Amino acid sequence: MFSLQNEETVVAEEIIEEELQPTDLEDAVDEPHRIIPAIEFRDVHLSFDDNKILDGVSFTVRRGETKVILGRSGGGKSTTIRLVLGLLKPDSGQILIDGEDITNYSEIEMMKVREKIGMVFQEGALFDSLSVYDNVAYRLHEQGIDETEVETEVRRMLKFVDLEDAIDKMPDELSGGMRRRVGVARALVGDPQIIMFDEPTAGLDPPTARTICELAIKLRDLEDVSSIFVTHEMKNVEYLSSEYATVNENGEVIFEMEGEKLCLINTEIVMFKEGKVIFSGKNEEFRATKDPYILKFVRGK
Amino acid sequence: MNLLKKFLFELQEITNLIIAAFFGLFRSPRYFSETVRQMDLIGVGSLPVVLLTGFFTGGVLILQTYPTLEYYSLQDQAGKSVATSIIRELGPVLSALMVSGRIGSAISAELGSMVVSQQIDAMRALGTDPNRKLVAPRIIALMFMLPLLTVAADIFGIVGGGIVASGVFSLDYNSYITSVRFGITTQDLIGGIIKPLFFGLIIGSVSCHKGLSTTGGTVGVGRSTTNSVVLSSIVVIIFDFFLSRAINSIFDIKTI
Repeated sequence: MFSLQNEETVVAEEIIEEELQPTDLEDAVDEPHRIIPAIEFRDVHLSFDDNKILDGVSFTVRRGETKVILGRSGGGKSTTIRLVLGLLKPDSGQILIDGEDITNYSEIEMMKVREKIGMVFQEGALFDSLSVYDNVAYRLHEQGIDETEVETEVRRMLKFVDLEDAIDKMPDELSGGMRRRVGVARALVGDPQIIMFDEPTAGLDPPTARTICELAIKLRDLEDVSSIFVTHEMKNVEYLSSEYATVNENGEVIFEMEGEKLCLINTEIVMFKEGKVIFSGKNEEFRATKDPYILKFVRGK
Repeated sequence: MNLLKKFLFELQEITNLIIAAFFGLFRSPRYFSETVRQMDLIGVGSLPVVLLTGFFTGGVLILQTYPTLEYYSLQDQAGKSVATSIIRELGPVLSALMVSGRIGSAISAELGSMVVSQQIDAMRALGTDPNRKLVAPRIIALMFMLPLLTVAADIFGIVGGGIVASGVFSLDYNSYITSVRFGITTQDLIGGIIKPLFFGLIIGSVSCHKGLSTTGGTVGVGRSTTNSVVLSSIVVIIFDFFLSRAINSIFDIKTI
């Protein structure tokens, strides 16, 4: 017990020194639990045979923050998300969720941790044999929740993603964009405070991709959700880093550009290259960098 | 050496899968309705195939053995020869092979497709253990339904043999039935039901393992489906030999 307290104190001190801004500390006085990052990677290494996937990756995702992970295909972005969910185990290093070290958790222990994490898969990964309703209700059905409550929650989530009309459809009747949105609704059931987006806009037309980004922005600004948004599309980075969601006088959610009003958009970028983090910071710093690899990525050539 | 290592690794994976599915039965939530659905798919769905196989196997057995029995003036043993062969060996093994082809391939393809479309990952991410939700109901359904299918195949095999014996060789039907009744023993019946229990376990665990370890997209699904049928059929036939030896020595069944 003594050593545990000791360790927590050390961790908190490190975070205060390295991560927190003065405004964060003011918030933390009111809500002490906000000091602990939602997700933390500490020197994580992972290899498949001789192929190094992650090579000493360290970063943190604070509460209510969106971390955009950028990088080329096969650069370890999706692997990072799978590690957070415990679908893979690292060779070395530590992964902490809400300050809890999950690195060596068994599958049964991970089930508890996964209850607080939602996941949006690249192609939606909807269950083919279940309707949209049953897909969204999946987690609640597994927990044996009363059907009346389930229906209320499913309708609320489908309304959030603007897909109430598709409630009785089967996944094969949906377009790619609708599948992703159902995937988002399924991930949001149970109000998880951490959401993982694994290339949710890949292969979608620009307006639908924009809709998915708006959902991520709404979650960040209105629901205080921490998230990792894996992508390799710079348009997504632009949306997530320059716009914020707010509610107008009529109670409608609107999106405004940074600069129209004073706001601090809670999004940072992490850039992966060959399993290493080569950049971590705000969008402005990212675009101002002289690193040729990042410049190539930003300009797309 | 590499082949041996691969074999031991596969064996370890399948054993782990069975253990995980077994211990999952004692934790909630329990997937009773899924198990019943699988029983319907496996049992009722496979019934026509298994009955046809049993019927014509009984028929062909009498077609091939009757002339020899007649040569030695042992026509009154025709029913016994068919019943013993079918109940002890052909019923359990042929039913298992038919179910392996029909159900084993379907299980492997279904789970393999779920793996490549990330549905298994989604299931785990949503807090469900696929071993409990997908593997355990299928193995239980197979272990429960395969003995019942085997009994049905046995009955249709004996009936098929009787129809061919009386229709083709003009053997008195009563003589055939009497030979069946006095030819088979309780030990034969018990042995004939124990075998499909194990065969169900083999088909279920091999198919689920092959499906869940699918890699390489849709091509991989095809590969794992083929491997599942081939491997489970071979293991059923090999295991049948050792199981027959064990049952014969436990129940002291004379092989002649």
